[in-house]
Amino acid sequence: MVTAPETITVEAMTPEAATPATIVVAAWRIAESVADPELPMLTLADLGILREITLEDQRIVVSLTPTYSGCPAMHEMRRDVHERLSAAGFGPVEVRTVLSPAWSTDWISPEGRRKLAAAGIAPPQAAPARSAGPIPLTLSSAPSAISCPACGSRNTQRTAAFSGTACKDLFRCGDCAEPFEHIKEF
Amino acid sequence: MGFDTAYEAISEEHDTGHRWAFGTGFTDPLAGVDTAVPAGVDGIDLAAYCLMLGDDALIMSHRLQQWLARAPELEEEAALANIALDLLGQARLLLSRAGKADGTDRTEDDFAFDRGEREFRNVRITEITDADFASVIARLLVFSTWRLALLARLRASADPVLAAVAGQGVKEITYHRDYAAQWLIRLGDGTEYSHARAVASLAAVTPYVTELFTPTETEARLAAAGVAVNPAELRGEFDEVLAQVLSEAALEWPESPGLAGVSGHTGRDGIHTEAMGYLLAELQSVARALPEATW
Repeated sequence: MVTAPETITVEAMTPEAATPATIVVAAWRIAESVADPELPMLTLADLGILREITLEDQRIVVSLTPTYSGCPAMHEMRRDVHERLSAAGFGPVEVRTVLSPAWSTDWISPEGRRKLAAAGIAPPQAAPARSAGPIPLTLSSAPSAISCPACGSRNTQRTAAFSGTACKDLFRCGDCAEPFEHIKEF
Repeated sequence: MGFDTAYEAISEEHDTGHRWAFGTGFTDPLAGVDTAVPAGVDGIDLAAYCLMLGDDALIMSHRLQQWLARAPELEEEAALANIALDLLGQARLLLSRAGKADGTDRTEDDFAFDRGEREFRNVRITEITDADFASVIARLLVFSTWRLALLARLRASADPVLAAVAGQGVKEITYHRDYAAQWLIRLGDGTEYSHARAVASLAAVTPYVTELFTPTETEARLAAAGVAVNPAELRGEFDEVLAQVLSEAALEWPESPGLAGVSGHTGRDGIHTEAMGYLLAELQSVARALPEATW
């Protein structure tokens, strides 16, 4: 599990330094460094699911937005945030779910995209704009605009609509022949 | 996790009280979400509606899960499993919402494991068994086309929780519908044999379609209050999408009278097909035999 280099625990703070603002900042540094168990190269900050941390009556309240409705990694991330903050002395801790607005892959940070590509997973492109009206049907795969994370070639082809998790599909590079995963635009 | 052996990993006491099965400690998917019933909305009606949409997702998910280790290719197995997982997630949110809206504080597990067949409100297309891969594709196309049209409108619901669940669900079901549509085209416009299977799969599923567009009194009341979607409004969009797919697939929509309910009662009234009892037996038997079990 990744630990932020400048992690501050509550115990390490001098009494005058422990203002609500500094406590929230210290808690943020810990929470944002919690890793996704399915994509362990990404932290909550990289994923863009850490929405808010507040201090309510001595209680640290962390708000997270779920990625997919059924993503089992959410349960683990909520638990890890709770455990890491509790272990650092930030008790009591409450982790809340924020459903709206719904998470989008557009919220993945530039750093997160770089880490995905470095791990051989093609990062998502811009998510499709959603109007209030009917959702258009996609009947054939458009020419792939996804670059191969191994060699950078644009000559790639989608081979399956889903991969090991719902958030990814499978591609193959036409030049270096590398099969790779891609985070679907969501 | 750093265990020396697999045995150590599975036998370790899970120290923090979290459990992956039914029972105590399962994380509430609506933890921290404001679940107050909006002013002017009947909580009992809202709960009934959440159960309808939640049961659709739960039962469809369970049928899809039965394809695990049976799909023709590993990729299709991964696809069906992931679609099932998305729907299970939607079911968890909606069943949890029902327990808050009706004031009983029942959990998702109470609804999933402790209700009898007559208390389930899913449409019957979600519960019927699949004869082959073409059948699951046809059923998934019909179900996801209908549900996507429904959730797209539900994004404007006067209930912020339903609107939020719909907002996320729309993104998920867009992928489910594309997957099913692309496969039906491949089967229908494939070989003579795959075409024949696709024709048979459509014939098997069409009797369950009329029911999707027949509003219950609860749905009509809630739709008038801006909370629910009246399913009768979805037929035009559904027909348009299906026509687009079928034309590419070289298939025709078979004319079929809707499968009549029992004295006019169908899935939304708790009247199900024979397949439902077997499905629930599988879904509920462990929870009922060992009500305190956790792992």
